[in-house]
Amino acid sequence: MNRLLAPGDVLRERWSGLGRGQKWIVGAIGFAVLALLPLYTPAILDTPGISFGGTMAQFAMVAIIAIGLNVVVGQAGLLDLGYVGFYAVGAYTVALLTSPDSPWNQMGPNGFLHEGWAWLACVPLAMAITAMAGLILGIPTLRLRGDYLAIVTLGFGEIIRLLADNLSDVTNGPRGLNRVAYPRLGQDAALPDGVFSSGNSAGKANYGTWWFWLGLALMVAILLLVGNLERSRVGRAWVAIREDEDAAEVMGVNTFRFKLWAFVIGAAIGGLSGALYAGQVQYVGPSTFNIINSMLFLCAVVLGGQGNKLGVVFGAFVIVYLPNRLLGVHLFGINLGDLKYLFFGLALVALMIFRPQGLFPVRQQLLAYSAAARRLLRRAVS
Amino acid sequence: MIHQCVGLVTCQAADVSFNLTGLWNSFGQLTIDGLAWGAIYALVAVGYTLVFGVLRLINFAHSEIFMFGMFGSYFCLQYILGFAPDGNAYNVGIGPTVGYLAVAMVFGMLVSGVAAVGVEAVAYRPLHKRNARPLTFLITAIGMSFVLQEFVHFVLPALLPDYGGPNAQQPIVLVQPKIQFTVFGADVTNVTIATVIAALALAAITDAVINRTKLGRGIRAVAQDPASATLMGVSRELVIMSTFAIGGVLAGAAALLYILKVPQGIIYSGGFLLGIKAFSAAVLGGIGNLRGALLGGLLLGIMENYGQAVFGTQWRDVVAFVLLVLVLLFRPTGILGESLGRARV
Repeated sequence: MNRLLAPGDVLRERWSGLGRGQKWIVGAIGFAVLALLPLYTPAILDTPGISFGGTMAQFAMVAIIAIGLNVVVGQAGLLDLGYVGFYAVGAYTVALLTSPDSPWNQMGPNGFLHEGWAWLACVPLAMAITAMAGLILGIPTLRLRGDYLAIVTLGFGEIIRLLADNLSDVTNGPRGLNRVAYPRLGQDAALPDGVFSSGNSAGKANYGTWWFWLGLALMVAILLLVGNLERSRVGRAWVAIREDEDAAEVMGVNTFRFKLWAFVIGAAIGGLSGALYAGQVQYVGPSTFNIINSMLFLCAVVLGGQGNKLGVVFGAFVIVYLPNRLLGVHLFGINLGDLKYLFFGLALVALMIFRPQGLFPVRQQLLAYSAAARRLLRRAVS
Repeated sequence: MIHQCVGLVTCQAADVSFNLTGLWNSFGQLTIDGLAWGAIYALVAVGYTLVFGVLRLINFAHSEIFMFGMFGSYFCLQYILGFAPDGNAYNVGIGPTVGYLAVAMVFGMLVSGVAAVGVEAVAYRPLHKRNARPLTFLITAIGMSFVLQEFVHFVLPALLPDYGGPNAQQPIVLVQPKIQFTVFGADVTNVTIATVIAALALAAITDAVINRTKLGRGIRAVAQDPASATLMGVSRELVIMSTFAIGGVLAGAAALLYILKVPQGIIYSGGFLLGIKAFSAAVLGGIGNLRGALLGGLLLGIMENYGQAVFGTQWRDVVAFVLLVLVLLFRPTGILGESLGRARV
């Protein structure tokens, strides 16, 4: 089993061996290939039951969530089981401001948002409000540690969902909010609402694919941002807190402040993904945000390898792609797509027993001056 | 939307009521009902608290152990005792009813206990053998929770037709709730009496086992200091196994009391919310502390019912979670303090 999961290590080793410039080139080629996948889908990768572009759009959203959750769980070591709450806050911010079902609708003749750019304007707003939610949740709860934090965040996630369910005068309750705004781009006679509207459902470059491209662009931006944070003082403080909070505190790291930063940044990224979701589906309802989804996001992070931002993107791909791939496949009269939670459960248990660090574990290295140190070493050897 | 919304305050006023007179008028009734719910929470909470005390593990799969108990009891009622699930109440007299229920309860306890020990052996033992990190345990527990739920959701219907699956099972009503007597203006039904008596008896037995027997001493010792306990000749493996068994058995008992109260609640996902609340109860009373779990369960049941009366039925779960968050913020170790080992030796 250990040997079976080892390819991750080989890949990881190769990647670490590359220089900065080579990493950029390999990364650019990798993401370009990913972006072209929906247009030239290989037959083995295609999802027969469901649009491949839509699947990839979902993957981009979950990947952004996984990167955000990775900041909280993987980098700072704070176990957040209610992350779906931030996703919900982001999605509901966009929906409440732009859906005609909402009492706070600002799109249309009486509001200050114009249909053409309403969604774009709402994205930073959604991120800001979600970051605020992270701050409000973080300030009282981040003094708790480990398991208690997990439970409080779990409670927070449930409370957000129940609020969305119960405050039916604002959120329209279980019926949800319909006709959420989305970017209007490429409008012509055939597609009066643009390429991002659900009307664009024919062919390979359907609206799912367009959303995937948008999500992929945002994902790359977030990856660069998080990568820079990781290599900065903040990232080193997070690692120190994750490895030993007391020791970090003794060494002069303001643990509370940096934990709060991790929480707020993670929340904002979750909010961004929520805004993407609201735009793509054009519908936001409470049942999307149940705790099971929180667990699935955590699965993506753990599966990919906590702390490794490219690993968690792969984890997100697995948890989105596999159920969609298996959707139409029948075995013994059972639709394999239905069994996704069974597979994930088994995979998680097996992974924790045989390889608790995930498929692509993060390698501890000299974070601060690793490149310089390696160069020095190399010079000393030769 | 029928009415125009002017601002946040008026909007919320329509969704959230604040009704203290309702609480005042039916205070006794709410307390009695809350007590019955609390008794069920308390029994499930014991499983969380004992396992946490011994392994420092939030056993997320415990809610699924409870769900297995529900299905076990139901299986016993339907296939072994031969009751048909048609929604009509059976009137077989007090004596036989209690007998049938006792058999179903024992069967449910057996199923839950075996399931709990099985989960421990398959998933947790490899981890605590190599002293894995707490996060690893938690993720394993989440994975096991998925596996058990999906087993009942998909695999069970394939093995036993008309059993398990995505829909709730048809209720088997052995006891029709009937008012037995009235105390302080509160109607006490036979179901409430049975629930509270059974739960109290089981709680007393568990308390005695933990505090007075050799096994209980072993459990407390391992909770306090695993290494020293092992040096003193306590078998850690055996203690962990019996801890899971005790928790599972109590969850099975709680499951029967639950389906007595909510006959239509037997569904594969039915354990989840109750499990979270029972865990909240354990935290409320001080996790790792047996009596704390019992107290926390009763308190949570009662407070939840009060909150429901004040704010409206749909806010019941919100009240429970807010209560949990508040307790953790102001007294992170719970009402009675944290450790099983440090509780009265």
